[in-house]
Amino acid sequence: MNTIRVQLNGKEADVPGGLTVRGLLETLELEPGLVVVERNLEILSRTRYDEIPVREGDTLELVHFVGGG
Amino acid sequence: MSRTKIHDVTVEAPPQLVREQDDEPLVIAGREFNSRLIVGTGKYADDEVMIAAIRASGAEMVTVAVRRVDLARREGILHVLDPHEFFLLPNTAGCFTAEEAMRYARLGHAAGFNDWVKLEVIGDRDTLLPDTQATVEAARLLATEGFKVMAYTNDDLITALRLEEAGCAAVMPLASPIGSGLGVVNPYFIREIKRRLSVPVIVDAGVGTASDACITMEQGVDGVLMNTALAAAEDPVAMAHAMRHAVRAGRLAYRAGRMPAREIAVPSSPSRGMLD
Repeated sequence: MNTIRVQLNGKEADVPGGLTVRGLLETLELEPGLVVVERNLEILSRTRYDEIPVREGDTLELVHFVGGG
Repeated sequence: MSRTKIHDVTVEAPPQLVREQDDEPLVIAGREFNSRLIVGTGKYADDEVMIAAIRASGAEMVTVAVRRVDLARREGILHVLDPHEFFLLPNTAGCFTAEEAMRYARLGHAAGFNDWVKLEVIGDRDTLLPDTQATVEAARLLATEGFKVMAYTNDDLITALRLEEAGCAAVMPLASPIGSGLGVVNPYFIREIKRRLSVPVIVDAGVGTASDACITMEQGVDGVLMNTALAAAEDPVAMAHAMRHAVRAGRLAYRAGRMPAREIAVPSSPSRGMLD
């Protein structure tokens, strides 16, 4: 399977090629409704997760809410 | 020696959640809150205790932080905290510049719940005191973008005025440094900020125990925000219960109007009518 290299939450990661953002979240077993994705410093709207491809060299930040004061 | 824990008994929800007839609701940016206590969700050892403590506190608004997903663990706070039960206030804790805080605010907004943010721009790692200049700058830009900004700041009146002018929905001076539990170190400045601002003043950080919360509310402020005082208590649920009453007691005492303090004794019983 061909993989592409991305920067994922601060670390180099090899992920399957040809995935959309939604596909990537599913691969990582994350619920799209609970995660916010920032790609190359742009926050992605959830309605576009199905259409936006993950590309070689992308810098992806997957964030969510944690406990805080 | 065993200690009776309040969460071993049922902590009842207050009847018809607290539109207390003798107080108005807290209103921030046009939204009504029936509790004047806002609580954080950090540093709890246990999720169940956290949820029980938040419920016992009676708080409606709870703060959350934005962080990278731990890809090995995956679960965030929304796996245990129901966003329909509480009003989520995303924070920018841990940010040291205006730009960074704005990035976190936008990420919190993209989570899809509301356009509110607890703005926090830290200026010093040791004291966690705010960078007030950067806070004002970020507040102005975020307010322009449509955010309801609740800004953490120090107990400086001038900064508080600048934050109000920048468009903040609420200004949140500290009682004392974050996580210190030292209580209100400068009640005079807190009163002065409250006296001069039109937007709600919420005291954020530094409350350690119930008397601190009560004294804070007695200064006339609109609310209190706390996290460590509950999370680091031996029994967070019992402390949350105490805080709910302390905030309410302080609020009612403020509204009641306290007697003047004086440094001489004045007898409470009549001096006339004593026997010869």
